[in-house]
Amino acid sequence: MISMNADTLTNAAEILPQIQGYVYPNERTLHPLWSVLIVVYPYVTGLVAGAFIMASLVRVLNVKALEPIYRLALLTALAFMLCATLPLLFHLGHPERCFEIMMTPHFSSPMAMFGFVYAWYLMAVLLLELWFDYRRDFVEWSKTESGLRGMIYRAFTLGVTDLSEPALRLDARMGRIISVVGIPSAFLLHGYVGFIFGSIKANPWWGNVLMPIIFILSAVVSGMALCVFTYMFLCWARRVTTDMRCLDLMASFLFYALIIDATVEGLDWLHRLYSAEEGIDVLRSLASGKLFYTLLIGQAMIGTLVPLLALGSLQLARKWVSEVNRRRMYFCASALILLGVLAMRWNVVIGGQLFSKSLRGFMSYKMEFAGHEGWWLSLALLILPFIILTVLIKYFLALDLPTIENVVPGAMPHPHPMETHSQAG
Amino acid sequence: MSENINRRNVLKNLAGIVGGILAVAAGRTCKAAVQNVFANAAAPKGYDPTKHKWLMALDVDRCIGCGLCVEACKAENSVPQNNFRTWIERYVVTRPKADSGESRGETFVDSPNGGMGGFKPSLIPKEDILKSFFVPKLCNQCENSPCSQVCPVGATFESPDGVVLVDKNYCIGCGFCIQACPYGCRFLNPETHTADKCTMCYHRITRGLRPACVEICPSQARIFGDLKNPIPDDPIQQFIENKKSQGLKPHLGTKPRVRYAGLDEEVR
Repeated sequence: MISMNADTLTNAAEILPQIQGYVYPNERTLHPLWSVLIVVYPYVTGLVAGAFIMASLVRVLNVKALEPIYRLALLTALAFMLCATLPLLFHLGHPERCFEIMMTPHFSSPMAMFGFVYAWYLMAVLLLELWFDYRRDFVEWSKTESGLRGMIYRAFTLGVTDLSEPALRLDARMGRIISVVGIPSAFLLHGYVGFIFGSIKANPWWGNVLMPIIFILSAVVSGMALCVFTYMFLCWARRVTTDMRCLDLMASFLFYALIIDATVEGLDWLHRLYSAEEGIDVLRSLASGKLFYTLLIGQAMIGTLVPLLALGSLQLARKWVSEVNRRRMYFCASALILLGVLAMRWNVVIGGQLFSKSLRGFMSYKMEFAGHEGWWLSLALLILPFIILTVLIKYFLALDLPTIENVVPGAMPHPHPMETHSQAG
Repeated sequence: MSENINRRNVLKNLAGIVGGILAVAAGRTCKAAVQNVFANAAAPKGYDPTKHKWLMALDVDRCIGCGLCVEACKAENSVPQNNFRTWIERYVVTRPKADSGESRGETFVDSPNGGMGGFKPSLIPKEDILKSFFVPKLCNQCENSPCSQVCPVGATFESPDGVVLVDKNYCIGCGFCIQACPYGCRFLNPETHTADKCTMCYHRITRGLRPACVEICPSQARIFGDLKNPIPDDPIQQFIENKKSQGLKPHLGTKPRVRYAGLDEEVR
């Protein structure tokens, strides 16, 4: 039984205004321990994993129609990857001790293992894959470009300038192998983030075996939506025609990923309601109260149902919808999905801290505006990857860079995305 | 480009660098493990944690809610104003409505300022109260402690003598342990920015003294002892022999080393 009126026992003045019912004395804080920064962290990590999976579809499953976004997806993953640990770092009580996570890790801790998974993913997967993919271009570009650009390209060849056929074949093979290794790594990366929450049995909202799976699936969905979003934005910014075949296919993948994600998340709720364990009353009141707007409206309606209907109807009636309208719908759907997944991260991270572990009361969260855990910093941390991505695109996806004419047999052909389309368009 | 800069060599060098970093990590892990064995937080030299096994027991029926234990703990351990290493909860169960067929009414819980300074009379009319009792809370010193399980650097650990401790010079302040504790016993110390919790007054018990809260309790609701070194008429042995006891939230499998006698089902 949850008693919501503990203030009938004592003077209401003794209880903070943002607290309802009974919460443990140590839970009576002004802000939850893990604030909005910890919402940004799984969101950004998820985008990395999802964007990488999108890129892997080209390499591993050989989906030729998605080639135009291959490099864009990889660069997107890199830009977000570079920012993934920043929110965590800002949040630590002792950021100067952060390297202890890597130096003296505690192997039973999900957070410690995340450090290694992150390092593995960044160093062994993402950077290596990009390097093998770009090496030939770096060599070519370092010959034609001068100044800072030329120096950057020359440095990135790492001195390996061999462009013989066997060397290029090896590049392609290595790229494929890394992609194959990269898919489970991407799952591992975000599954682990899910496990950080799913492993907390003390919290009925978090401690759940489905949590890592839900995190992986929502990561794939958000990453794919991000690829659609950045690709369309880039085409718009460069005033080139989007490749509709590529876009339609991306939207199909996004639709099916969203169906699986929504199903598993629905299953999670169904299971919780049906098994009706100890904390179900609290979770119910959370969903209908403090999380109503972010969970039911934001995550379920705007972030899932509307995009599902939009993308689903286009699966059935693509022929009858004009390209312009399709583009608009894809853009809106991907933007809504991105917002919906952000809402989902909020619901998990903040929602799990809005009720007492005594299951007898609720806390509130009023976000700070400034401050090191406020609006501004989290917004900055969400914008920073886009700034990095812009720089990356400027240097590694520029329109004025020469493209490869003769494709080596067996190697991955990389027609320059924007240029090919502008010709096609 | 010279002959010896080829892909094989570049990869070899990269592997060397990664290997070096991993070797440093492994070395420091070993160093930390050795330090963990020899360093004994606030214990005096010569204290051997393997020769003790501390146990705390709480007799709910004996607690009068005076709050002296909370006060003593705060003074002994310089606990920050808004945080608590121990606190007292007051439970008030109301009578069921007439003809409702229920055995009890609603349960109200409060712990104003952690129970420090005692409790004011309940605002619920006396005639509506079925029963009321106090429950002292503190770190449960779990044998399967979820907090030390999740600590990313091993700054919080289970000492062989049955106490879960935090090394504040090592804690990175991520708050994972605070989230993992099912009992709300941990907090982020606003002064040190590290995790903080009850240590059973480790600096006292390792010198043969009792924890401050046990020492001050006027009704002997708090009982403390060393299972490996029983004394004549040992209160903890008598508690174990005479009382039926349990740990809090047993379904979580944390195996608390803080035992409660006379617990009501409403206590979480």
